[in-house]
Amino acid sequence: MASEYILEMNHITKVYGSNAVLKDVSLKIRPGEIHALLGENGAGKSTLMNVLFGMPVIHSTGGFEGEVIFDGQKVNIASPMDAMSKGIGMVHQEFMLIPGFSVTDNIKLNREITKAWPISRLLGKDLEFLDTDSMARDARKALDDVGMSVEEYTMVSGLPIGHMQFIEIAREIDKTGMKLLVFDEPTAVLTESEAQQLLGVMKSIAEKGIAIIFITHRLDEVMTAADSVTILRDGQLVSSFDKAETSPEKLAALMIGRGSDGVIQVEKRQEEVTGSIAMSIRDLWVNMPGEVDKGITLDVREGEILGIGGLAGQGKIGIPNGIMGLYEAAGDVEFFGQKLPLGNADAVLRAGLAMVSEDRRGVGLLLDQSIENNIAFTAMQVKGDFMKGFLHQKDTRAIRRYAEKMIKELDIRCTSPAQPVGTLSGGNQQKVCVARALALNPKFLFVSEPTRGIDIGAKQLVLETLVRLNREQGMTIVMVSSELQELRSICDRIAIVAEGKVVDILKVDASDTAFGLAMSGVKSKEGEEA
Amino acid sequence: MREQNQVKAHLEKYIVTYLFIALSVLFIVTSGMDINYVASQLLLRLNRNAFIVLALIIPIIAGMGINFAITIGAMAAQIGLLLTINWGVTGVAGILLAAAITLPLGAFFGFLIGKLLNKMKGQETIGSLILGYFANGAYQLLFLFIFGSIIPLNSNVTIVGASGVQNTLNLTGSVGLYTAIDGIAHIPFLLAMYIFCGALALASIIQFARKKITVKRMIGSLIVAAVIAGVFSVPQIAAYVNGAHGRELKLPLVTWLLILGLCLFNSTIMRTRLGQKFRAVGQNQTVANASGINVDRTRVIAIMISTVLAGWGQILFMQSEGIGTFQTYAAHEQVGLYAGAAILVGGASIDRATNLQALVGTFLFHSLFITAQSAASAMFGNSAVGEYFRAFLSYGVIAVALIMYAWRSAKQKKAGQMNLNEQRSAKS
Repeated sequence: MASEYILEMNHITKVYGSNAVLKDVSLKIRPGEIHALLGENGAGKSTLMNVLFGMPVIHSTGGFEGEVIFDGQKVNIASPMDAMSKGIGMVHQEFMLIPGFSVTDNIKLNREITKAWPISRLLGKDLEFLDTDSMARDARKALDDVGMSVEEYTMVSGLPIGHMQFIEIAREIDKTGMKLLVFDEPTAVLTESEAQQLLGVMKSIAEKGIAIIFITHRLDEVMTAADSVTILRDGQLVSSFDKAETSPEKLAALMIGRGSDGVIQVEKRQEEVTGSIAMSIRDLWVNMPGEVDKGITLDVREGEILGIGGLAGQGKIGIPNGIMGLYEAAGDVEFFGQKLPLGNADAVLRAGLAMVSEDRRGVGLLLDQSIENNIAFTAMQVKGDFMKGFLHQKDTRAIRRYAEKMIKELDIRCTSPAQPVGTLSGGNQQKVCVARALALNPKFLFVSEPTRGIDIGAKQLVLETLVRLNREQGMTIVMVSSELQELRSICDRIAIVAEGKVVDILKVDASDTAFGLAMSGVKSKEGEEA
Repeated sequence: MREQNQVKAHLEKYIVTYLFIALSVLFIVTSGMDINYVASQLLLRLNRNAFIVLALIIPIIAGMGINFAITIGAMAAQIGLLLTINWGVTGVAGILLAAAITLPLGAFFGFLIGKLLNKMKGQETIGSLILGYFANGAYQLLFLFIFGSIIPLNSNVTIVGASGVQNTLNLTGSVGLYTAIDGIAHIPFLLAMYIFCGALALASIIQFARKKITVKRMIGSLIVAAVIAGVFSVPQIAAYVNGAHGRELKLPLVTWLLILGLCLFNSTIMRTRLGQKFRAVGQNQTVANASGINVDRTRVIAIMISTVLAGWGQILFMQSEGIGTFQTYAAHEQVGLYAGAAILVGGASIDRATNLQALVGTFLFHSLFITAQSAASAMFGNSAVGEYFRAFLSYGVIAVALIMYAWRSAKQKKAGQMNLNEQRSAKS
């Protein structure tokens, strides 16, 4: 008996260790329906899709609770291949295409049409010849279905990025028995007209009875294409309804929500910061993989704490990394009226900037080295501090004194300053990173995802330290964070970055709707004048 | 402008090949050697080595770099030859027996090599090189100690008064394996060339008629065929080839059928599902894996095929004209090095290779090998320099190929970065 829904995921709960990432989430999709799945990073979208595709990460961490009913039957999806054979397909965000293969070869990859011959009958299917004509015919048909005029024998490597997305889709719809397609941020790399074309293709696929799960952060696309919407927040189902019942503003507000726990209480500054411009960023482009910036323009005032927020992969982390010279960047950045050379980490550090990196273990710390060496290292290299004598030996005593002072001030829990940082907990490692940045006596501090992966107590201490540095020493701080609550608790203003550009600059008490809209690339009325 | 870029790209890609062509010409001229002699030596070396070099192609396409571990395939072949000699099987039957022993041994060794290389992805070239050295130790243990004492052997192959296999194994005389394949039949080189040209022309016309290739490709192939046929029709050249000024150039028919058969095998397997897997895995393991291809298994198969083929190549080498004996403990040592250098000289790289590149590379590499000594004594008055030069060439070519590969990857990365400024200026 055919059921009303092609897919029902009922009461899904998934726990990683002691951390529940999905709590009793349900999702129902009818055949031929485009169902938008919305939520911030960490809301549980990817985990839910991992459950649907039976990814190894789910099974190797103890499976999940709840049931999945696909096409009227309770199913246990063991692996992505299993999902594929049941008729569940995925259009990946990063392209799963082989550049040196033709369009046809890519569409038919590992599903080649073959012809048997005597030797293959003897030695197995692997030795069957490719039936290139039939393959090309199939590919042509799939390409026509997605409205692509590109020749099926063209190499993928020479094609524009937008075309690759359509080839991915052509590959999925070429698979026979496809019943449910997941589109993961399909329009992220497309131009506006290509995005429109893609939404059209999605609709025509849906008309054939294939259900679509549409993961996106662009609310206007949800309004254009989706029939129904599910919103997740912090692993919980917030709401699920038909599109007709909603508006972009309502979606934005629901997506953000105001979490109650984990907010650090900090005394708010009474008056607005009206200092001079400490840093002016004009048209900054940064080529950081996964966090590309395409023309950031932003002013930072002296003495403020400026927050930079936005969804993951939208380019907020690219800003400090680009300016600090860790990734290739282009644009004009002035620091107290002086032009900063881009791509030259040494010069930037000398100018009085410092950064606490989001990549604590990779970029931030020398894990085998002691706490004191880590704290002193950059200052020794860049400014020649902690040196003595004319041969410039390391001044171990000065280093020890300074390290002990920082350990006390930042409450770094350790046995001694000589303990290797690799043996510290995440929170204490983060404090060492802060101490190291402070050893440079910076005028201006970038802090990137300072609370990622550390516990709540350490989180509070790190944030309080930042506020104290700002209030007592007047240090200008730019904090990049995925956690809006955190930004709202200590910042003076918050810039929201989407698709490599600053969309909006908001006050901390701006509405959830304004933040939600900004994250999906829409500037609200509450924001600052551009 | 664009044509200029294309020419530049072509030169960059084949710079080693052109360098070797230039050096070959220089060496042949300065060595003062007889052209007829050089040509006959060159053919001899092609007969011997082409098969082994062709065995390298599949792993390259599967993205595993140059499989220096074909040395281990050569060891398998030597085990096969030793047992054949020991059992006294002669002639074609003996060669077939050795090949039959090599098949399971080579496949098993290849399986182990493939498993190991899967644990060191990205380092396969170096990994297989070191693996070859390592296996040498195991080989010595086997031949010095296990054979003769644990596995009994006849006294004609063991060291007199001790256990272990003799230092030199002889295939000539009553052993009856020398030129067992080469000697079956010969075909005059001139005739072979005419047949080749005719076959090329015919194949291109058939392919065109079946709409597999464009007019341009067909005409190109026809011109190549006509030019080669034309060159050998020039009476002076034909006289050289026919042996009017020395010996007649001949090709061992069966050996060359085997070599051409391997070429055909390489190109045929690329048209099968397995070949498509090799190519996909070679280009991008992540994508291949995501589309359900068993990446590790595919790579193991590639190495297994390569190892067995290299073993058979080693048997062809051993029985070929002018060899006849081999150093039991050293004959395999340089196999990987010379074959790897040869294919690189032909214009192959760590990640792409064709039959033609393998053959051209073998030709060029050995043309230098033959002439290096005489050229060195002519230029420096010391033939030992030529000996050093050979070693320098083989290692040098491999080093250059590795550097070129790293350089090209770096350049591609840089090209990606230049995009940023272009994008930026395009938008603003």
